[in-house]
Amino acid sequence: MDLHFTADEATAEERAAIEGCLAALSMHGNRRQYLLPVLHAIQGRIGWISRGALNHACRALEVPPAEAFGVADFYAMFQTRPQPPVAVHVCDDVGCRFKGGEALCAEMERALGPAGAGGAADRITWHRSPCLGLCERAPAALVISAGDPPRDQDLAPAAGEDLLRVAAGQAAPVADLALSVPQAGQAGLTLLRRVGQIDPTSLDAYRAAGGFLALRRAIEMGPDRVVREVIDAKLVGRGGAAFPTGQKWLGARSAPLPRYLICNADESEPGTFKDRVLMEHDPFSLIEAMTIAGFATGCERGYLYIRGEYPLATARLENAIRRCYERGYLGANVLGDGVRFDIELRRGAGAYICGEETALMNSLEGRRGEPRNKPPFPTQVGLFGQPTVINNVETMVNVLPILLAGGKAYAAIGTERSTGPKLFCVSGHVERPGVYEFPFGITLRELLAAAGGVTGRLQAILLGGAAGGFVTPEQLDIPLTFEGTRAAGASLGSAVVMPFDDTVDLRQVLRRIAQFFRDESCGQCVPCRVGTVRQEELLHRLATDQPFGSVEQELGLLKELGQAMRDASICGLGHTASSAIESALGRFPIFQDARQETR
Amino acid sequence: MTGESAPDLKIPVPRGPVPVAPPPRPRNTVELTIDGRSVAVPEGATLLEAARQLGIDTPTLCYLENLTPVNVCRICVVEVENSRTLVPACSRKVEPGMVVKTDSERVRLSRRMVLELLASSVDVSTAPQFQDYMARYGATPERFGPPAPPAAAGERDAARPGHHHAPHGADAATVHQPVKVDNDLYVRDYSKCIVCYKCVEACGTDAQNTFAIAVAGRGFDARISTEFDVPLTDSACVYCGNCIGVCPTGALMFKSEHDMRQAGTWDETRQTATDTICAYCGVGCTLTVHVQDEKIVKVTSPLDHDVTHGHLCIKGRFGWEFVNQRE
Ligand SMILES: Cc1cc2nc3c(=O)[nH]c(=O)nc-3n(C[C@H](O)[C@H](O)[C@H](O)COP(=O)(O)O)c2cc1C
Ligand code: SF4
Ligand code: SF4
Ligand code: SF4
Ligand code: FES
Ligand code: FES
Repeated sequence: MDLHFTADEATAEERAAIEGCLAALSMHGNRRQYLLPVLHAIQGRIGWISRGALNHACRALEVPPAEAFGVADFYAMFQTRPQPPVAVHVCDDVGCRFKGGEALCAEMERALGPAGAGGAADRITWHRSPCLGLCERAPAALVISAGDPPRDQDLAPAAGEDLLRVAAGQAAPVADLALSVPQAGQAGLTLLRRVGQIDPTSLDAYRAAGGFLALRRAIEMGPDRVVREVIDAKLVGRGGAAFPTGQKWLGARSAPLPRYLICNADESEPGTFKDRVLMEHDPFSLIEAMTIAGFATGCERGYLYIRGEYPLATARLENAIRRCYERGYLGANVLGDGVRFDIELRRGAGAYICGEETALMNSLEGRRGEPRNKPPFPTQVGLFGQPTVINNVETMVNVLPILLAGGKAYAAIGTERSTGPKLFCVSGHVERPGVYEFPFGITLRELLAAAGGVTGRLQAILLGGAAGGFVTPEQLDIPLTFEGTRAAGASLGSAVVMPFDDTVDLRQVLRRIAQFFRDESCGQCVPCRVGTVRQEELLHRLATDQPFGSVEQELGLLKELGQAMRDASICGLGHTASSAIESALGRFPIFQDARQETR
Repeated sequence: MTGESAPDLKIPVPRGPVPVAPPPRPRNTVELTIDGRSVAVPEGATLLEAARQLGIDTPTLCYLENLTPVNVCRICVVEVENSRTLVPACSRKVEPGMVVKTDSERVRLSRRMVLELLASSVDVSTAPQFQDYMARYGATPERFGPPAPPAAAGERDAARPGHHHAPHGADAATVHQPVKVDNDLYVRDYSKCIVCYKCVEACGTDAQNTFAIAVAGRGFDARISTEFDVPLTDSACVYCGNCIGVCPTGALMFKSEHDMRQAGTWDETRQTATDTICAYCGVGCTLTVHVQDEKIVKVTSPLDHDVTHGHLCIKGRFGWEFVNQRE
């Protein structure tokens, strides 16, 4: 390709960052796919991506600069104008804002000026952030410090002074595990069995705690039997779409080679943090599960795509992957049985939409995270145009107990149609937020009781995240299963359970959700790109009592908008961008007062 | 090519197996029902093509015969039985037995909404099909409120992904902004851009292979841009004008047309369009020369032309500028 460049040159430091990154990569396939890793290297070292640095990256990867800029400018973690080297990201999303998040933002504003202020000559800037996946320890913050090496640290719960100290270079304190996993160490756990019980950085500790037994069993069984067990287990995907995993794997087995495996660890649905906890505290189990999935579906290469804002989980997985290569649990000859499986860890860069499976594939290919039209489905045409199996972290990890106990025994856990153990992300106004493991079928009431009960007077519960919906205090007997929540007109989604007490202004919650979708829409299709803007504007008008025409007219328009987004958008983001808002309006008299005023 | 020395032949025909024309593959036909009428089309056809065969006119904005479908505008959506959502007719392939509705209330609502969302945020005054579509679907973009004032130059280009200013409730956000005039040949008026990706495709793999422009930003701040918004004169642009040729809204416009419109002298009723063969080289591209008041005002190329598919180079597209200047 004949590329054209502006005259801008990279500085020595930018060049060093790019070349260091390229040298550390073991390149595989086309070069363009390494665009995100290289952009991360520049961003991580300098704090922003200059014209010269982008030119240099484009020369190395043979990508036209206009396209590379379009990619860099898509992701929230990449900055294309001069920035201070340290950026503090404060979560102001629905799980944090009523639990100190707003106060924390106010403190940052006092200390550092308005959000986003500061240039390359300054030292620290701060930004408001969507959910950082630390909701159980609200309020949450993430400090990203550029340098060699770059240092990313999360802090939750975050107090203003501590946060500024971390931003100034101090190490963040290690979080107390009991705050994230109150059940840690209890008997009877399956998925959380090892969490907090073993050293998550040690392969030997993992082995001593039953690690790699499932992989050994899988290799003895052979791929067909493994798929059979997963089908018998009736395992359903935990990423939100509730697709039967066995069916996906079986379909892939008859697809042409090469095939790719992807583990979706992008976890960005507001209120979701279960995958993070698994990856931080039992990282080897995910590597083992991915290896089994690759073996069963005939994939020799797996990609683990983790959200860019998960520094601890990323470090733990990097370590786990390295240890597995050293000890022959990954590579050309897994367990000495002639099975080949490689895993590449890739970081997202601040885009909720990259959790959508086809957007994730584009992102892995070094492109903007724009979803693809389906069909064709990924099992036919996926990553690099090849058949691809993609599963959520929690889905993958469930394969271990399935192989150890047998598919039929696993299927006996939970309910008929939602089988197995399940992780729930409980946050908001409860006594003991955290990740909880229970068999499918526990009721909302029982789960909240297990989390110590609601603090204050319960007003509403967000189920399934921003893409889910609200239920009322009268609906506490909903069984937490895919079918049970559906029957109640709600959805389990990524198992977010976020109660709000009666001090919370639900209008603020809805506006934050509308803002989230407007910010996270990829912008590709009209119904979602403009629809999410109009939805936010409309909610703002309603919340500030300035409707165009009557409130009824506005609510009618909101409904039409929702229908067009649901019907005509390309992907699940647009399809669900109005669901939480519509469910709230249907169940709570939120704009009733305003309605009377305008009469 | 191999490094072997070529045999000494008068006419250098490379040796190799004699190519055999592949036997014409019988294309199966697929039967389906559209709006209650049955239709048979070749396998691999799209719902759009099938509907056209029945004489059903489906609106399109981002679709063009000579480009890969991107299916992003969603104006062409139709209802397919047993499909949870509507599907884009321009890219969805026919399947046997499909039952399709192209004018149901659901379809009309989504099409109307797409038009309203665009017309309330973009200047569609020079998009010829748009006014017809709006009338057809009864679109009333005003219901989203009065349009917000234009952004300052460069403001939209500086948007930060994942962040935006909270709405204030009085008006509807728009993409309005000053026109980008950075060269003598064509202007970019992104107030009129519906982000249909056509120009990006034409500049990239679908025709030009230049990649001077791409989509940057995200969400409502998604926009067509050079790297870091540098002027076209600093970019890879070779002024083939193929992006102008595919733009459905007039966002990309010959400077001649832009200037005449500004001056109020642009008048299509006084224009003639004549086809001629470009004389600059031996390729033989067809040029359609648009003339007003005995002066060339722009050059296009027919989409269905089997050499150009509507695409030209700087000489064919803009060579007349020098002719006009010499006069
Ligand atoms: C907007 C959007 C965001 C998503 N985010 C995630 C995510 O963060 N993690 C995830 O596993 N699945 C996510 N999904 C679902 C994936 O597209 C896909 O269904 C899932 O990864 C499949 O894995 P599973 O079958 O194991 O659930 C998202 C879907 C949409 C539409
Ligand atoms: S629905 Fe939204 S996120 Fe999905 S493709 Fe369309 S614009 Fe992008
Ligand atoms: S004129 Fe040609 S090269 Fe320039 S942006 Fe348009 S299509 Fe690309
Ligand atoms: S400039 Fe024209 S062709 Fe390009 S995206 Fe905008 S409307 Fe489409
Ligand atoms: S970390 Fe703040 S809402 Fe999730
Ligand atoms: S014409 Fe089909 S989506 Fe644009």
